[in-house]
Amino acid sequence: MPLEDYTIVIGLEVHSELMTKSKLFCGCSTSFGSEANSQVCPVCLGLPGTLPVLNKKAVEFAVRAGLALDCNIATFSKFDRKNYFYPDLPKAFQVSQYDIPICQKGHVDFIVNGEKKTVGVTRVHLEEEAGKSVHSGATISTSDFSLEDYNRCGIPLIEIVSEPDMRSPEEARIYMETLRNILRYAEVSDCKMEEGSLRCDANISLMPKGATKFGTRTEIKNMNSFRAVQKALEYEAIRQAACLDRGEKIVQETRTWDDAAGVTLPMRSKEEAHDYRYFPEPDLVPIVLTTEYIDKIKNDLPELPVAKFHRYITEYALPEYDADLISANKDLATYFEAVLENYKDAKVVSNWLMGEFMRLLNEHEVEITDVKVKPKDLAKLFELQDKGTISSKIAKTVFEEMFISGKDPETVVKEKGLVQISDVSEIEKIVADVIKNNPDPVAQYLEGKEKVLGFLVGQVMKFSKGKANPQMANDYLKKALAELK
Amino acid sequence: MELLKKSALELRDLLDKREVSSREIVETYLKRIEAVEPKVKSFVTLTAEEALQAADKADEMIKEKKAGLLTGIPIAVKDNMCTYHVETTCGSKMLENFKPPYDATVVANLKETGVPVLGKTNMDEFAMGSSTETSYYGPSRNPWDLERVPGGSSGGSAAAVAAMEAPLALGSDTGGSIRQPASLTGIVGVKPTYGLVSRYGLIAFASSLDQIGPFTRNVADSAALLNLLSGYDPKDTTSLPHARPDYMQALGKDIKGLKVGVAKDSLGDGLDKEVAATVKKSIDAFASLGAEIVEIELPHSEYALATYYLVATAEASSNLARFDGVRFGHRSQEEKDSVTMFKHTRAEGFGPEVKRRIMLGTYALSAGFYDAYYLKALKARTLIKSDFDAAFGKVDIILSPTTPSVAFKFGEKISDPLAMYLSDVFTTTANLAGIPAMSMPAGLTTNGLPIGVQLIAPALGEEIMLSAAYALEKAVGTFGLPTLEV
Ligand SMILES: [Zn+2]
Repeated sequence: MPLEDYTIVIGLEVHSELMTKSKLFCGCSTSFGSEANSQVCPVCLGLPGTLPVLNKKAVEFAVRAGLALDCNIATFSKFDRKNYFYPDLPKAFQVSQYDIPICQKGHVDFIVNGEKKTVGVTRVHLEEEAGKSVHSGATISTSDFSLEDYNRCGIPLIEIVSEPDMRSPEEARIYMETLRNILRYAEVSDCKMEEGSLRCDANISLMPKGATKFGTRTEIKNMNSFRAVQKALEYEAIRQAACLDRGEKIVQETRTWDDAAGVTLPMRSKEEAHDYRYFPEPDLVPIVLTTEYIDKIKNDLPELPVAKFHRYITEYALPEYDADLISANKDLATYFEAVLENYKDAKVVSNWLMGEFMRLLNEHEVEITDVKVKPKDLAKLFELQDKGTISSKIAKTVFEEMFISGKDPETVVKEKGLVQISDVSEIEKIVADVIKNNPDPVAQYLEGKEKVLGFLVGQVMKFSKGKANPQMANDYLKKALAELK
Repeated sequence: MELLKKSALELRDLLDKREVSSREIVETYLKRIEAVEPKVKSFVTLTAEEALQAADKADEMIKEKKAGLLTGIPIAVKDNMCTYHVETTCGSKMLENFKPPYDATVVANLKETGVPVLGKTNMDEFAMGSSTETSYYGPSRNPWDLERVPGGSSGGSAAAVAAMEAPLALGSDTGGSIRQPASLTGIVGVKPTYGLVSRYGLIAFASSLDQIGPFTRNVADSAALLNLLSGYDPKDTTSLPHARPDYMQALGKDIKGLKVGVAKDSLGDGLDKEVAATVKKSIDAFASLGAEIVEIELPHSEYALATYYLVATAEASSNLARFDGVRFGHRSQEEKDSVTMFKHTRAEGFGPEVKRRIMLGTYALSAGFYDAYYLKALKARTLIKSDFDAAFGKVDIILSPTTPSVAFKFGEKISDPLAMYLSDVFTTTANLAGIPAMSMPAGLTTNGLPIGVQLIAPALGEEIMLSAAYALEKAVGTFGLPTLEV
């Protein structure tokens, strides 16, 4: 039967690196991109005899993430060891949280195809990152050698486990995007999928529409972008549907997404799955938090996307569409609010940000945080436009220059001679020239074809290199033509 | 020989009076080591040069009146405590050439105080054993009878103190590894409250049980060494934040009215007759000092050994997983690929007892067995702890044998792991409960082998334990140490 006759059931396990300055159990730096094995010490290298010391900031960040996801925060939680051998795991166990995680029972809300969707968050737990392996061959057991970089080893991570509440690959992607926004808002993670600071594994199964018992699921790994999450799950849903249609059973297994080939491939079966032999980590005392501590973090939590969305509508009278688009992106919202400190018309700002601003960001592949235009300079640009110093068309040119050079708008206008021509005699002179050089359109206009006026205004603008005040161009052209009648 | 026979505190006195220098003491001990080490084999690594340098530094400190209680008095350190750039082998082939890039906190404290470290002492491989017979470097011998074991796993440290190769030594105790060898070699050995002494730099066997403690010739020296070892360490978050008392103050207190508990069945079956008689003598000695002897019950003690061997092996299976040949230690030449390298490294680097315990622990934690073994053991551990809580509601300390028998001969138990594990029958409970316990000499067999008794106190009860031990030592006397006919 077609895929539409199946209900797709998806749950995600998302890993997010916390942006603490130091690692979870030692003082090593967490910065990205340093020389291999330059940010290590006896503790994160798992040298014999060393002991972990819990980074309090990581606990605070995990609590903050949990609160941002509306979770219950445990006043008592503990660490456990997850045991497995791998060369990038120095102690051969990962310190994680097994049966008593730090946060439980939250949710993520988002809008998909105009409908509000809520996905449950089962738990958020704190754990340590492993190092990074580079194998000489395709896999560890077929490689002559493997190289290890332990810089990443011990960076704090949170794992966010969702309920199997998503019903389409698109929902899974939007869930991921929303989650990223929330975590960035909460200032706990920079959530860069390309640097691996945000990663996800997905569980997916199919069941016939109307059924209540979930089908056998597969786990998909190695999806390294939001797009990949959707693509991989779309592929997997189709693959499972085809299997079921052939009367085959879905094999419970872990599959890996091959982005280049656009397929999921078997990685290991249920039988090959690790027995992690979890047990309480005896080298760490339990995490005990007071309600005062949790409340303080709650009070210090920055305004989250949902709250911003509502505030933009009530306080700035933005349309829902604008409020949603801007509030969803923390950097954009921050920029937006910074412009509003110097300019009051929110709709003008939101139009500009959603239009020209986004266009140039995409064209130049620049992150908002790296944009050279200072928010107060953008506000000044709007003022120049309002005062009539420049036209809206010129404003776009000025902005492009500001975007590239980072100069303020007044400098750009001065340097490029882009001040709007509002001088009556000058406009009259240009109008006279345009009339003289365009006898046919002028004749047509005089015969009653008033549409030609637009062309003639355009000629005035062109002749003035866009600097003529468009309203004045329009008015004086009409006046001059009337005199010819 | 006269200098060798001095206790650490007697040496302190001589140093302060400038009748001897730390350098002279260290040189004397190095000479003694040279003479008897071929017979006793206490050490895996000697650090004579470093010890002499430390002695000179100590002499400076003494001159400048900056000396601590043990400044200038040499010590031997068990080879599972990390020493900066000095081999730390854990008695294993796995760490044959391992030179840690850092000092264990206890070792750092020794250095700072000016306590010269004579060397690293032999031990059962990864502290797994009761005789030093599992050491990759061969066994140490009991100075009282070279045909017999010194006990284990801290057998090298015990042998070194008993053979007068060192006035002081450090051991670690996971299930009796300080107290059993102390008992077998006629010296004092203390396992402190869990968390009293930092474990940072102690190569873990079972993290929730391991504690570092002193080996000394008498109770007062143990109090002095415990003063130096004990303390909160921010590098070990399981170390206790409590303020530490001066354990020397506990010595010489009147113990009249002290309530000494004796468990009903601790003198029953399986106990060597001479050991039983010696424990009874100690009970009488306490009574004659005015202590009150109270019969107590520790109903879950019979499960202690089983509980211990599940908890300890489970933790060990995880703690010892890091020895994979990737970053340090032995690495197999079978390097077809990483996984093959892992397997061969561990097959070659670990001895049979370590492998046995890793397998036991892995099994106990495995899916499907966890509830029946590891979880059950944790529950039993809680019950054992509550037994002690109840008992210490009635008594101040508990007296028991340290070991069921005196030092046994080489080869007697090594082929029968269960018989060997029974050596720990009286000692594991204190580790499981996290409470302090010590062994001290209380008599000799007719064959002239030392017999120890064990004192157990409630958590952080080291003062009352040491004060009782000091009084008992006065009452039963001391038994000397073998000269080894040098
Ligand atoms: Zn580190």
